[in-house]
This record gives sequence, structure tokens and C-alpha cells, in this order.
Amino acid sequence: MKTIRGGRLLVAAVPALFIGYFFLYPVARILTLGLSELGVGSDGVQARLFQIGWFTMWQAVLSTVLTLLVAAPMTWAVAQYDFRGRRLATALVTVPFVLPTVVVGSAFVALGWRDSVGAILAAHVFFNVAVVVRTVGALWSRLDPNLHDAGRVLGASEWKVFWTITLPLLRPAIAAAAAIVFLFTFTSFGVVLILGGFRFATLEVEIYRQAVTLFDLPLAAALAVVQLVGVTGALYGYSRYQERHTATWALRSEKDRPRPTGRARVLVGASVVGTLTALAIPIVVLVARSLQPGSYRALIRDDPVVGVPMASAGNSLLYAVLASLIAVTIGVMAAAVITGGKGRLSNWFDLTLMLPLGTSAVTIGFGFIVALDRPVDLRASFWLVPIAHALVAVPFVVRTTVPTLRSIPAEIREAARVLGASPLRVWREIDLPIMSRAALVGAGFAFVVSLGEFGATSFVARPNTATLPVMIFRLLSRPGAGSFAMAMALAVILAALTAAIVLWIDRAQFGEIGAF
Amino acid sequence: MLSVEGLDVRLGGNHILRDVSLTVGDGDTVAVLGPSGSGKSTLLRAVAGLVPIESGSIRWDGRDVTTVPTHLRGFGLMFQGYALFPHMDVAGNVGFGLRMGGRSPAEVATLVGAALDWVGLAGFGDRSIGDLSGGEKQRVALARTLAPEPALVMLDEPLGALDRSLRERLLVETRSILRERGVTALVVTHDRDEAAALSHRLALMRDGSIVQSGTLDQILAEPADDWVREFLG
Repeated sequence: MKTIRGGRLLVAAVPALFIGYFFLYPVARILTLGLSELGVGSDGVQARLFQIGWFTMWQAVLSTVLTLLVAAPMTWAVAQYDFRGRRLATALVTVPFVLPTVVVGSAFVALGWRDSVGAILAAHVFFNVAVVVRTVGALWSRLDPNLHDAGRVLGASEWKVFWTITLPLLRPAIAAAAAIVFLFTFTSFGVVLILGGFRFATLEVEIYRQAVTLFDLPLAAALAVVQLVGVTGALYGYSRYQERHTATWALRSEKDRPRPTGRARVLVGASVVGTLTALAIPIVVLVARSLQPGSYRALIRDDPVVGVPMASAGNSLLYAVLASLIAVTIGVMAAAVITGGKGRLSNWFDLTLMLPLGTSAVTIGFGFIVALDRPVDLRASFWLVPIAHALVAVPFVVRTTVPTLRSIPAEIREAARVLGASPLRVWREIDLPIMSRAALVGAGFAFVVSLGEFGATSFVARPNTATLPVMIFRLLSRPGAGSFAMAMALAVILAALTAAIVLWIDRAQFGEIGAF
Repeated sequence: MLSVEGLDVRLGGNHILRDVSLTVGDGDTVAVLGPSGSGKSTLLRAVAGLVPIESGSIRWDGRDVTTVPTHLRGFGLMFQGYALFPHMDVAGNVGFGLRMGGRSPAEVATLVGAALDWVGLAGFGDRSIGDLSGGEKQRVALARTLAPEPALVMLDEPLGALDRSLRERLLVETRSILRERGVTALVVTHDRDEAAALSHRLALMRDGSIVQSGTLDQILAEPADDWVREFLG
């Protein structure tokens, strides 16, 4: 018994050190630096902080409200009705969500929509519609239809039923979706950096500018503190809301939905076709503008300033492989610790490993620059990029593997022990093979996260080993039609790569069903 | 020879086993018979080393194995729900204990073939677990338990999950497999006829204690109390 506990502590030490040194310690350094700057800051600094914080806040709130409104018709259609192409429509609506932020930014630049709040809001809506359709749709399609029918029988009109019965029942899912969208848009970096121009900056963008362009690390740290407070506040508020509003009412299993008829048919068609068309426009225009003569060929030519643009694809793939390997190693070890017991260690682990997901990527990259000079100066290391990516990706690996490990009945492990397998051997013979597919899916997620990661990378990537998103940003920032077309072409390549891997993950997950 | 002395087990504040003593002679089969919830399965799990013991001892041929970890005890246990490994085929399941015992792949293959023969499943090696019927699963679980030739074989409700007609057929089969191989076995069941058919001796269990033991005839002739008389009907 004692040796098992000792072994578990040893396994726990690796992810704990990883998250401790690469995340908790840098965040602590940012807090120290930022709080002292806030203390001595002049009135000018305070006013600037307030101005940027205020913009970050209201654009996030407005983006969230707009996303909820835009997503409503499509959510209603796929949750309530069955129609030809319903599954395809739900899959297509998810496409923008998996696109790297730099690609989304490029797509709206392709529309000629730059330097405006409108472009930022539109890009945020484009990116997040899927969150609402999936989260709210999942609950809506499982609401007991008898509740709706009872309302109608009692004399309420369709609208009245919606406002007084359906909407209140959907409130937990709407709150969850809104919380996620708010968090994404509050910490939005790539989109705002590309579309906001010089006039509009969120906290994330300003942290980047102060730290990377103006080298004012204390001010950047102060901004990061404001950012952390905002994110923590939002997460805390949401968890409080969830605590007070968890209700378990009658849900049905998701069974056959009716086919729409009459007026509903027209509305469903308009909702689905309208939403998908609107989402398709930026992507179609992006592809169209990349098709300038010679734009793709220019990607393999040596450029005096940025080098061979296509080389960034090689860098990205290498980083993605390394980041996936690190993330899977750390994530699987963490999952073993989390599922290995029910004690405080499990809970603490579960929570701490999720933190990098809630924190912004910019904070992670900035933290590396601020903190990783001791005990050895790692700040110029090649490994910072894959480690930063792995940090963001570990939660995905944990989330895919933990449920599979939990689904293994205790008896199966006991049977292996009775047949002579030592605790380590049980892990190797039972746990590892059973969760290998889930770990592979987690690795796929890590790969996608790494390919598209921009926030942390923009801090730690070295000029000669730029990733695809960094290269796209550089090309976009350069004047000239040639650079613009090259940026579009590279964005299309990144989007295609991402889409291919997401498709693979989707298929791998289908094979999972019915394992036990 | 297995000898259990004064075994006490508490799980989550419940006193599951109270001062249980029991012996199984070499080549003997003892059936622990009792209603569900009487602690029969916990007794097997304690002997296998899967649950912590509060007091008492478990000896094999006089050697105290109470603190020996499960995987080094050399006992076999067939679980009530079979607990077959879903990610391995039939041969992988049956050969698992042999592999853990350090046998070479060639030996494993031969012995797996032999074990499948005993249970009448020759040629089933590459079947996947999901494709087996209930009766086939039972026989694979039995073969998996017997293949490494453990010193003691424990069977937890070996026929419990099967329907009536299958039970009767497999009861005869299981009995002859155990007898032919001359194994020392401890069987747990809630069914009187099953216990009588499989074992040489019975131990009646109620609320974590052994109330009476002996052959079925002995117990029927002199039941210890009204509960025993009623339970054996």
C-alpha cells in the first residue's frame, strides 16, 4: 500500500513541477512586478489602464450579446427539428471555431474590414457562434416536449411559451455559453491585434505592445494583473451562478425530432442557410483573395526580410509534434494522478491543470519572458515555444483521457492484479492500452492548439523560427499587395492543415463509441 | 492448504467480516453459501489481498501470506462479472496470467490452447470479448483463472450471471473441470444446489460470520439454528 502511494507521488511530481515552474511561478512574478507598478503608477498610467480595461470589457460584453442573438435562429433550428443535412450543418457551423485566430483575423482583413470596432465584433461573433449552437442546442434538444405542450394547452401562444417556459429552462446553458464566449472575447488577442489597428486595443494587445514593442515590462505586468483580475472575477461569478442555479428537471433522451412543416419549414431553411452563408463569406473571400497570380509560389521564395515564408510551416509542424509529445506525457501522468484517488491531491491537480486554459495565452508568453531567467536563462531557448503550446494543450489531453480512465471498472484492474500484475504492470497492460485512443485524440487537439497558437508564441518565437501564425501576422503588417496576397495564401494553408487534423479527430472519436 | 483465522474486515465503517475462520484442504472444494450481502465476496477479496484486513491471518501451507501483495500471492479469482479485459482477445485474456508469470510466448500459446481445450473453446483464441455469449464469457473467465495453475482457485458466483438452462449445463461442466484438474477451490454462491454440486464441504455465512460448516447432509441432519434450517429449506 505504501509503495503504491509513494509511486503515485512520484508520478504526480512531474506534472506538478511542469505546471509550477512554467505557469504558477511566472504568474507569481507577473503579480509581484505588476502590483508594485500599480502602486507607484502615475495618474497617466492609471487613466490608460482604465481606458483599456473599459474597452476590453464592453467589447467582450457586446460580442457576447451579439453572438447569442446571431446564433439563436440556427440553435433553434438544429435543436428542435430534424432535416436533411442537419448533422452537416452542425459540423459546418463549428468550422470557424476551430480556425486559428490569425486566420479569422486575416479573413476579415480580406473583407477589407480593418481598424474598426465593427470588424472586431464581427470576427468575435463569427468565431463563437458554434459555442452557443452546441451548448444551448444540446440542452434545448433534450427539454421535455411535454412542458411546451402543457403551456400550449393552458392557453399560451408559441411566443408566450418561448418566453415563459423554454427560455427560463434554457438559462443554465445560455449562461454557460455566454461565460465561455465572454472569456474568449475578453482575452481575445490575434483578432484584435490584426483588426483593431492602433486605435483599439484590448488588455491582451496592450500587454503585447508594452512588452514586445515598447519594452515597458512593469506596465505590461500591471496590465496583466488587471487582466487576471478580470478573468478570475468572470470565472468566479459564473461558478457562483452555477452553484445557485443547478437544477435537474425532466430531460428526455435525445430522440427523434419532428421534421419541420409549413411555416416552420421556411423558418428553419432561412435560419440554417442564412447562418451558414454568413459564416462562409469571410472564408470564401479569404480563399479568393489568396488566389492572386503567383501568391502561393512567392511563399517558397526567399524574402529579404522574413526569409522563406513557407519555412514557417516546417517550424510549426516541428513545434506541434514536440508540443503534442510534451502535452500527452504531462497530461497522461496528470490523468493517472487525478483518477488514481479521490483525495485532495486529485482535486487540486484537476483544478490547477485547467488554469492555463482560463488564463490568457499572452499572460503565459509574457510570464516566460519575465520569469524564466532563473535558475538558467531559458528565455532564448528553442524549447519555450513547444512548452508554451503544451501548457495550453495539457487541459485538452486531461479532458479526453480522464473520462476513459474513469470508465475502466475497478474489477478489471483487480483481475489483472490477481493474475500476477504489479501495480506498474497493471497500468501498462490495462490503463495505457485502453486509453491510448483517447490520448491520441488529446494529442490531436494539442497539435491543433499548437498550430494555431499565436498569443504566447508572439512573445517567445525567435525571428528565424517563426511559426505559421507569426509569419502570417508579419506579412499582414507589411505594406504592399504582394505581401497581402502571401499572407492570405499562408492563412489558407494553415486553415487547411487545421481542418484536416480536426476531421481526423472527429473520425477517431466516432470509433470510440461502445468500448464498454 | 488454505487456512483463514479470525478474519475481521471493515469497509467504510461497516463490519463486513467478523472473526471468520475457514480451512480448505489440498484438492478440496469448499463452498461458502449465504444470502446476498452476507460478506461472501468480501471473504474472497480478502483472501486475494484486494481489501485491507483489520485483524486475523491468511496462511497457505502454514506460510503467512496476510501481508503479501495480491500479485505475488499466486491465488486465482474468477470475478462475478468475469472482468474480462475488453481490449484483448480471448487468447490475450487467457494468457495474461501466464505472461505475468514470465512464460515465453511459445509456452503461453501452448498453455492457452490447452486451457481453451479444458473449457471446450478450442479455436476461440482470436475472438474478441465483445462477440462472446454469456456462457462463452464464463468459460473464458474460468480458463483465464485456471491457466496459470494457481495454488488456490476462488470462484465468485461462477454461474450467477447466466440464465437457468445454461446454468445447469455449465454447472456440470465446471464441476468436472475442477475435479479433473484436482484444484483446491473456494467457491462463493447463494444457491444451495450449486454449492452442493460443486463442493465437498459447505460453510454457511450470515452477516459476516460463518454460522455452520460441514457437508450438506451433516448440516441438514443437525442444523445449528432456525435460520440455517430455513435458509436451506
